[in-house]
Amino acid sequence: MSEFSSTLLTAVSFGLLFAAALASMLVGRRRLWITWLVFPLMGFAGLAALLAAGVVLLGNPGFNGTLPLGLPWLPWHLRMDGLSAFFLALIGIGTITSSLFGPGYVREYLRGPYPLGLLGLMTSLFIIGMQLVVLADDAFFFMIAWELMSVSSYFLVAYQHHQPANRRAAFLYLLMAQIGAVLILLSFGIFASFGGAFTFDAFRAIQLAPIWASVAFGLGLLGFGMKAGMFPVHAWLPEAHPVAPSHISALMSGVMLKVAIYGFVRLTFDLIGTLYWSWGVVLLIVGSVTALFGVLYALMQNDVKRLLAYSSVENIGIIFIGLGLAVLFIGAGYPKLGSLGLIAALYHALSHALFKSLLFLGAGTILQQTHEHDMGKMGGLIRRMPWTALFFLIGCISISALPPFTGFVSEWLTFQTALQATILESGVLRAVVPITAAMLALTGALAATCFVKLYGIVFLGQPRSRRVKHAREGTSGMLWAQGLLAGLCLLFGILGAPTVAILSRVVAGLTGSHVTSATAHGWLWLTPVAPEVASYSGPMVLFGVTLALLAWGAVYLLLCKHRRLKPIQRGPAWGCGFGRLTPNMQYTGTAFVMPIQQIFRPVWRVQEEQQRELSTELRSHPTQLGYQLQIEDITWRWLYQPVMKLIQASARKVGLLQTGNLRHYLTYSFVTLVVLLWLIS
Amino acid sequence: MSGFLDTYSHLTLTEQAILTLAAMVLVSSFALLAQSRVVATIRLFALQGFLLVVVTALVALDTREYHLFYSAGLTLLLKVWFVPWLLTRQARRLGILRDLDSLLRPGVVLIAAGALVIFCYSVALPIQRFAESITRDAIAISLAVVLLSMLMLITRRKAITQVVGFMSMENGLFFGAVTATQGMPMVVELGVAFDVLIAAVVFGVFFFHIRDSIESLDVDMLNQLTEVDE
Amino acid sequence: MVDFLNPADWVFVWLQTALFVLLAPLFSGWIKWLKCLLQNRRPPSLLQPYRDLLRLVRKDVLLADNASVLFRGAPYIICGCTVLAASVVPLLILHQPISAMADVIVLVGLFALARFFLALAGMDVGTAFGGMGSSREMTVSALAEPAMLMVVFTLSMVASSTNLSTLVEHGLQQQSVLRPSILFALIALIMVAIAENARIPVDNPATHLELTMIHEAMILEYSGRHLAMMELASQLKLTTYAVLIIDLFFPWGIAQSASAAGLGVAAVAIAVKLSLLGLLLALGETAVAKMRLFKVPTFLAMSFALAMIGMLSFVILESSK
Repeated sequence: MSEFSSTLLTAVSFGLLFAAALASMLVGRRRLWITWLVFPLMGFAGLAALLAAGVVLLGNPGFNGTLPLGLPWLPWHLRMDGLSAFFLALIGIGTITSSLFGPGYVREYLRGPYPLGLLGLMTSLFIIGMQLVVLADDAFFFMIAWELMSVSSYFLVAYQHHQPANRRAAFLYLLMAQIGAVLILLSFGIFASFGGAFTFDAFRAIQLAPIWASVAFGLGLLGFGMKAGMFPVHAWLPEAHPVAPSHISALMSGVMLKVAIYGFVRLTFDLIGTLYWSWGVVLLIVGSVTALFGVLYALMQNDVKRLLAYSSVENIGIIFIGLGLAVLFIGAGYPKLGSLGLIAALYHALSHALFKSLLFLGAGTILQQTHEHDMGKMGGLIRRMPWTALFFLIGCISISALPPFTGFVSEWLTFQTALQATILESGVLRAVVPITAAMLALTGALAATCFVKLYGIVFLGQPRSRRVKHAREGTSGMLWAQGLLAGLCLLFGILGAPTVAILSRVVAGLTGSHVTSATAHGWLWLTPVAPEVASYSGPMVLFGVTLALLAWGAVYLLLCKHRRLKPIQRGPAWGCGFGRLTPNMQYTGTAFVMPIQQIFRPVWRVQEEQQRELSTELRSHPTQLGYQLQIEDITWRWLYQPVMKLIQASARKVGLLQTGNLRHYLTYSFVTLVVLLWLIS
Repeated sequence: MSGFLDTYSHLTLTEQAILTLAAMVLVSSFALLAQSRVVATIRLFALQGFLLVVVTALVALDTREYHLFYSAGLTLLLKVWFVPWLLTRQARRLGILRDLDSLLRPGVVLIAAGALVIFCYSVALPIQRFAESITRDAIAISLAVVLLSMLMLITRRKAITQVVGFMSMENGLFFGAVTATQGMPMVVELGVAFDVLIAAVVFGVFFFHIRDSIESLDVDMLNQLTEVDE
Repeated sequence: MVDFLNPADWVFVWLQTALFVLLAPLFSGWIKWLKCLLQNRRPPSLLQPYRDLLRLVRKDVLLADNASVLFRGAPYIICGCTVLAASVVPLLILHQPISAMADVIVLVGLFALARFFLALAGMDVGTAFGGMGSSREMTVSALAEPAMLMVVFTLSMVASSTNLSTLVEHGLQQQSVLRPSILFALIALIMVAIAENARIPVDNPATHLELTMIHEAMILEYSGRHLAMMELASQLKLTTYAVLIIDLFFPWGIAQSASAAGLGVAAVAIAVKLSLLGLLLALGETAVAKMRLFKVPTFLAMSFALAMIGMLSFVILESSK
């Protein structure tokens, strides 16, 4: 019965999405269609997907099936197991919130030159693609879904194509997505060449030789890592995410990166199966470098969405650290701890999906209301948009991994897994794992700095430009979407134990090892290994924080009478003797992170330029001060530019063949034909 | 779930003290590597020598190899008092006592140092399994001290800090000898001690010659002495 | 494992927390008193911090024109988080039910949450000083927090636990064991505590000199009961760190069960140890000058390196199989 219901719900979800795609094609310029038809259809599709996933996650069996589509001898296999269901749930949540947010947000495009129908169509196809990726059960179908996801999101990134920068970003995205896809294809190719079939079932049955398994793992890491935003192949991410419409950025950053993580988990833990601890070390190194690099670059950004994009790189790094711990412990013969690491990674994937979607939606609201990308022009928005400010604050606290929100639970689990390293035989590993944990701690602290900067500059202080001064709150749909995500951030921060129980079931399907101890002490206490080793109770922490807020309320009520007699005095803040405070006196984002920029200087390519014009009468009195700062991603200089040069040089060599003479071309054809004939014979 | 076999807490207090001092010797090596002031480098070197003296004395007590007390005394005399005194005097006469010899990339060097320690540990693991001595864990530390000193030699530009690095390398060897094999034969030890003494004096003479000929103690300047025409 | 939902145990938790909060102004008054004596000044009464707090609570609040809700809520959240953090640290008795609520990592997280709001509150009015203080505070904490966690990792690897009570118990069992890792962790934790509590040589709590201040710059705009709460929170944080250092490294005398004799011994022990620690802090603050701001990262990097060496020496020297 339940198997049937999950199948039915999934089918309903796809049906609604196709309907949304169809409606978008007919929409033309009719705005009401988009608001009242396309987005609701997508929203209900997301809900159906979430319910279908929920049915499976609550312990019911998933489903298997084949679709009689595609090539005659290659039917498309579908399969829903715990892992697929978990990621399908993430897609569902992302779809629901972005379709709640969308109608309000796209009003901006109504009078613009861009067709709304295209946006709706590509969004529907994008979601269909992502859902199919997590449901696909053969390599062929997987790649088709993967390409559908990549190409439709390319159109979404390029949606506002009148600006050349957007076209460039979209092209870079497409290029890297295709290279990644080729790598994934090669990785699957190794399986197919040994097993002779394309279904994942056949892949699972193969025991690859260690060397081939390592090659498949490496190709998969690079291919999926390219999509997920792993250092150093993350370059498309900070370019593409900021230029897409904001609810699409939320989908891409919150959900699509997780689909890449899904692919990697599926490949490593399910298809390859036999793990080696040395892969874990590779993942740990890659993960910590990605996390640290991402957060350091995020710190230096002044464009809100670009900052969020780099912060996605950081969080992907944290997820990879969790995965690395999982591989390492399983490879070393401790499947239980490995499962814990995998749970931590999946939990962080969930957390990141929630808070990064929330933050991108918040950024979208700001963008729509102020038409500003640059933090340097914002300020004081907490007074103009109080609800957005509240939800954004919750997002910032969650992403900084602070209790009692969701980011903290996942990082705490990662720390707890890392601290079990004393159990390992190899002394070197015992030393390497805690150092990774230290890198993670550094990342967390820097992330807090980064988001204090973001929130403080954007929402607090005084407005730095006229448009920001007159910003207004977003529509109710936009607020509901953010409120929903903020509520989920809190919910998953508190209900750590039940979530881990569900994840434990998901993970047990891959590693074969349940982490029962984690939830053995009820829903109140999360005890990953044993209660005397470590425990965390989200509800109790929330209780403490609530008490503090209640105290505030009590003081407020107590003083109510007093206040009526004598209201709270307000006065101008001291302007250091220069009269009143002006917005220019505030710290800017660049100034805020200047100490950190000085400390970690070699990480960036920093170009500073100072201008100072002194008054002609009074030499010590400057009339004009200027400061320009450019932060360039070092990977461009050390990786991408050399590769580009190499490709260009080789292209020039190949270009020599193009003589322009017709007879030469005929000769090429002739020679090719002869050689081919010779090969066949 | 206890993660590891807690054999450490069953050691005697003297042995624990020896290991603690071993860790402190390692810290002094890190400090030497990170320190940029000439005078502080010399003082740290004296401190490292002093830690060695205490370790040697403790090992002597622990293993009842009383000839190690002579080594301790000799170390005290040479490395804690004489060499630092000599270096300080020379630095003062050269006018570089308060100079800075800062690292180019301190962060990178310290990360490399941390990695070196782990590397030494993994290299020393098989040796430890065969060694009988209770203080065998210190082998990794002694190897690390030697390699860290070499790193110091590489990263420094002033001749005088390089000499300190050289001497500290000898400290590492001495530490290994004392903890792992209860000291070298007396003859060897005396020979090494005299070597150190002579080296210190000879280096001192060299400092003045280097400065007279190239008017700096920066060893990067020695590149100019190449005979190949560019 | 203790019974979490036994009401009698929770009474102890509340009492202990209340004692902690009451003790905090006294501890900071004690340090001030000692410093005055050491610097040849006439000391104020030991109870002066209480009087200051009371005076502030009675005074009216004056807000800046553009102060937002966050500015008004922050003192409550900061104070609440700090009290919550204090309640987790065992003052007199081990194995309180609340110690199962939060381990050392959560403790660090609670302090981080308080700091997050403190830094935001500093930026709310939009003065130059507020932003400056927030920026510096976050920079210092970005380096201090990993060092702190590294210390925590070292300790929890030694004791195979991150639970505070288990950690302290392990320390009690192995009082006579001399571990290099613990030694380095202690030094690193002291350095972190100095930086986190804005003490000399990282920051000077007694100054309002504009170019050097960190902590004070963020709370410049506060007045009345808000300021009282901010002051109480920082005093409580200092006391919590002091008790944490005592618990983790010098746990002798702490009661393992709720008996009258045990509690008496624990109270005397903690009083003596706190006053000694206060004396050491006062001595240090008198003897050492505040360092330049640009030197602070080096100071913190040192504490991080020490904590890391502590961890490595545990792996290399103490945990061989």
